[in-house]
Amino acid sequence: MVEKRKLICVSCPVGCELEVTLDGNEIVEVEGNTCKLGIDYAEQELFDPRRMVASTVKVKNGYHPLVPVYTEKPVPKPKIFDVLAELRKVEIEAPVSVNDVVIENVLDTGINVIASRDMPKV
Amino acid sequence: MIKKKIYDVVIIGSGPGGLAAAVAAKKEGAEDVLVIERDTELGGILLQCIHNGFGLEIFNEDLPGPSYAQRYIDEAHELGVESMLDTIVLEVTPGRKLFASSTKHGFVEIDARAIVLAMGCRERTRAMIQIPGMRPAGVYTAGTAQRFTNIEGKMPGERVVILGSGDIGLIMARRLTFEGAKVERVLEILPYLSGLTRNYVQCLQDFDIPLQFEHTVKFIHGKDRVEAVEIAQVDKNWNYVKGSEETIPCDTLLLSVGLIPENELSRQAGVRIDPITGGPYVDESRETNVPGIFAAGNVVHVYDLADWVTLAGYDAGKSAAKFAMALKAKESAHIPVKAGNNVHHVVPHTINKQNLTNDEIELQLRVVRPIEERVMIEVHDGENRIARKAARYARPGEMLTLVLKERHFADVEKADSLTVDVNPR
Ligand SMILES: Cc1cc2nc3c(=O)[nH]c(=O)nc-3n(C[C@H](O)[C@H](O)[C@H](O)COP(=O)(O)OP(=O)(O)OC[C@H]3O[C@@H](n4cnc5c(N)ncnc54)[C@H](O)[C@@H]3O)c2cc1C
Ligand code: SF4
Repeated sequence: MVEKRKLICVSCPVGCELEVTLDGNEIVEVEGNTCKLGIDYAEQELFDPRRMVASTVKVKNGYHPLVPVYTEKPVPKPKIFDVLAELRKVEIEAPVSVNDVVIENVLDTGINVIASRDMPKV
Repeated sequence: MIKKKIYDVVIIGSGPGGLAAAVAAKKEGAEDVLVIERDTELGGILLQCIHNGFGLEIFNEDLPGPSYAQRYIDEAHELGVESMLDTIVLEVTPGRKLFASSTKHGFVEIDARAIVLAMGCRERTRAMIQIPGMRPAGVYTAGTAQRFTNIEGKMPGERVVILGSGDIGLIMARRLTFEGAKVERVLEILPYLSGLTRNYVQCLQDFDIPLQFEHTVKFIHGKDRVEAVEIAQVDKNWNYVKGSEETIPCDTLLLSVGLIPENELSRQAGVRIDPITGGPYVDESRETNVPGIFAAGNVVHVYDLADWVTLAGYDAGKSAAKFAMALKAKESAHIPVKAGNNVHHVVPHTINKQNLTNDEIELQLRVVRPIEERVMIEVHDGENRIARKAARYARPGEMLTLVLKERHFADVEKADSLTVDVNPR
């Protein structure tokens, strides 16, 4: 069965409106994309949607009470809230350096959660 | 106290615009570059923008705001950019003098050969859009709520309505959802989105947060804390549509209703402001109408991408460095002529090296005290005597002169400064 699905590519701020033609589980055509990332996005979004997750974790003796963190790569969309729950359990110790691994291989996704900035100790 | 009184380039604000300007000014060859920031850390608004989406244009990477800022902070440090934190610039003069105040340095006065304005912008508030109703706690601008949530670790509320579909509002809708709040509704008075489409998809659609166009807040209810907002549909003239009212119980109202460039300092400095953008008029080098004062980033017009702010900052920093260096070359071409022993003053005050061709240069001076015997008028550069002339006496009431001739010019050219003394023989 051939069907058309509308998506908005979020790979960059342009936000192209994509029209994807699907034949069963196969993409026949992607229209509306400005670059080739749009095609990858359509494929990903339809079969395994993922998002970057950015949040904060508690930090002891830091210049601020929190340090911002993010997933190195997009994680499966249904796992977003589970990842957030994991982050809530974590408390790290200052000093922290940008790109320090805060959680390794979070929820067995193969993806690390890393620090977004330096956090000096006070 | 501050280390140097005169800097080549002084940058006000350390957001992406200011940091890029500092980095570019250094790379262009400016020696003394200073960033003044009123916050206690460098980075500007980026520090609270913990979400991804930065750096796609410049680094081809999807970075959170703080990581993006960190790269420029590190680069600025490596290049030897100086910074003065927790310091607010109070005034900038058209002659490029800055007055600033800080807890650590007290009141400071700084001279700059060139200035880059990179003060960013501020958010429009409830008062500016005049929402009727009570005045309870719980009404915040989205950026304030963002700072609370992401830096200070305090939740602004639990049940939230957001007015305005600007990017900050959309991003905060997702952020507060992540932290367990319930975002009841996002309202936009216009018939279209004011933020980026990708933020609509990732921040609202992903979490089923409802967005209503052509809707606004008609009344804020609540005694001490927001208890509910009454919303209504509006027509093309922004009049409420009768019968469309709905009351949404909530404890927090966030406003994401636009940004205004922050230009009080620019105006004081005589910088002309475009009434349409709210920011300075600039030329392609990012120079304002005041020579040596440049501007970049949200202070000029509101950007939606930090990457573009960075690029504008590079231009401004590079141009400012060029301006400062041209000025410095001119300054060093001028040799100061100083009043030395028993000399009240000398005119001219400086000699321009470029004019040391064939004309003679007459120095005119007055002494401080009378000397009623033969005196020697002497011009030297410290160790080296360059010219001298005898006179029968020296009296403050009678001007003395000494003429520098072509044969003196080689020595004058080599001197850092000239000093004139009048001593008894
Ligand atoms: C909430 C929010 C979310 C955003 N999200 C994104 C996004 O997802 N992706 C993206 O690409 N862009 C985003 N942007 C846009 C981007 O962050 C801004 O365009 C950018 O930060 C502007 O940079 P700037 O250097 O002009 O100003 P700012 O970053 O605002 O920096 C100005 C600095 O000047 C300082 N200052 C002002 N006046 C004085 C004074 N008198 N003395 C001393 N210091 C002073 C301020 O303290 C501040 O640190 C967002 C912006 C906001 C506000
Ligand atoms: S298709 Fe390309 S240009 Fe369009 S939004 Fe996606 S990444 Fe950006």
